[in-house]
Amino acid sequence: MAPLMKRMMRYRQRLLYIWIGLSFFIVFKYWPMYGLVIAFQNYRPGNGFLEGPWVGFAHFQTFFDNPNFTQVFINTVLISLYRLVWTFFPPILLAILLNELRTEWYKKTVQTLSYLPHFLSWVIIYGIAFAFLSEGRGLVNSWLTTFGLDKIPFLMSDTWFRSILVGTDMWKDTGWGTIIYLAAIAGINPSLYEAAVMDGANKFRQIWHITIPGIATVVFLLFILNTGKVLDAGLEQILVFYNPLVYSVADIIDTWTYRVGITEGRYSLASAVGFFKSFVGLILVMATNYAAKKYNDSGIW
Amino acid sequence: MKHTRGERVFYAINALLLAIVGIVCLFPFLYVISVSLTPLTEVMKHNGFLVIPRDVTFAAYKQVFNQSSIPQGFKNTVIITLVSVVLSLVVTSLMAFGLAKKEVPGRKIYLFLVVFTILFHGGIIPTFLVVKSVGLLNSLWALIIPNMIVPLNLLIMKTFFEQIPPELEDAAVIDGSGEYGILRHVVLPLSAPVLATIGLFYAVQNWNIYFLGILYISDPHLYPLQVVLRQLFAAPDPTFMNAEVAVPPETMKMAAVVVSTLPIVMVYPFLQKYFVKGANLGAVKG
Repeated sequence: MAPLMKRMMRYRQRLLYIWIGLSFFIVFKYWPMYGLVIAFQNYRPGNGFLEGPWVGFAHFQTFFDNPNFTQVFINTVLISLYRLVWTFFPPILLAILLNELRTEWYKKTVQTLSYLPHFLSWVIIYGIAFAFLSEGRGLVNSWLTTFGLDKIPFLMSDTWFRSILVGTDMWKDTGWGTIIYLAAIAGINPSLYEAAVMDGANKFRQIWHITIPGIATVVFLLFILNTGKVLDAGLEQILVFYNPLVYSVADIIDTWTYRVGITEGRYSLASAVGFFKSFVGLILVMATNYAAKKYNDSGIW
Repeated sequence: MKHTRGERVFYAINALLLAIVGIVCLFPFLYVISVSLTPLTEVMKHNGFLVIPRDVTFAAYKQVFNQSSIPQGFKNTVIITLVSVVLSLVVTSLMAFGLAKKEVPGRKIYLFLVVFTILFHGGIIPTFLVVKSVGLLNSLWALIIPNMIVPLNLLIMKTFFEQIPPELEDAAVIDGSGEYGILRHVVLPLSAPVLATIGLFYAVQNWNIYFLGILYISDPHLYPLQVVLRQLFAAPDPTFMNAEVAVPPETMKMAAVVVSTLPIVMVYPFLQKYFVKGANLGAVKG
């Protein structure tokens, strides 16, 4: 028997386990990838993926020419960048502060409280936001009324919408984001701090010269990898939070794809948009990962 | 160790800042609970809500349980979550176990096939069409099967299995165990932390399903909890309009939020020690 056959026989059970999982990937991940061919057809519901008629890049042309596309593309990138600025750095700061707490139970309590929102769904967070921001009885609006100010329809307002997205995102994941930095800080050699104290460095100097350089690699790596996801502006959150009044500032590639495809039934056009997004996303992730690897020999694979 | 005056000031300010962080995280929960318990009369009196209600009423909760679709959604989500966690853990750990052995032929190819799905995907519409063509549309299985294995969870589990000393497996082989025996009697008993972590991730993911609910389900009786909850916010429940006991809609909405959050808050403290480890493993990989 050939050695390969021998090894296959030896590990036939492990191979079976792999194929059980792989069959899932083939049906629900690879078959849809193959289904992207409908982006180049006028697909009709009920047809197979190859039945055509083929139209080449016509659908890509349609959405590049669509005035909505520019708006949707700008919204996607802007919302992503706002998120990057406002949700990337707070966890670093919070981790540094948590690390400086000397009372263990106090630290544990703050950590427990700050991780909790991560586990809530966007619908629940929308509900909480509603309690604070709704025009009728929201807490913030009742404060505004108390001070003689006008009520603000936060959840219906195109000036406030993006801030609310980013703000609730901060509330949800700042605590969770500290976990990786706390692990990185825990890996810093304690003798560095002792030496710094000997040299008379105060707390700020210790943080600036030891803690921050100690986690810089992780920070840089995560930053690069995050920029690779710039076209993922948060489909689920926006679907839960938005409404037609704020489409002009809230509509992103994914929400637009969803509405054009599922609500309006224009499968081929929506697939072309999805294809464009997945493809650009792939290039971005590969590029950022390459950069991370160059910097640190530790990309994601 | 003696602290200098500067250090004491630093520690005090730091403790204060972190107390604020803790309050910012906790206060919204307390406020939502408080609103859900505030009786109508008090609402009228103050033209808004109090942070701490003086009287307490469970009328809103009665209404959520008796006169809304929340219980049905809750039931659907409990089913989805329980079935998903069991199924996902079984299939994920089987595949991770298979991939954890370097000698398995084709391992690199299989791993690449898994990782590639993180980088590139067919997107919303083609996936929808596949789910439709295998006949899962409008069934709870549509929320369970298409996301049965999360690639990142699989990689975390594989990494964990790889760290189990091979000598333990060899000993089991000498004792006459097959591969299944190794998984069952050597690998799984040592893997409680990773199973708990990944189980928690799957549970939260399924408990929070919203988008897949509106994508794949059109029968209101099958809506998962989050979809029902979101609809409650969009428009008052028709059953609510005929309700004899008038509870302000906002009060009822907050009661529904509390009911939907409770299961997560209840399991959270027990699993906290595990997920920190899991989150670190996950962050390293992606």
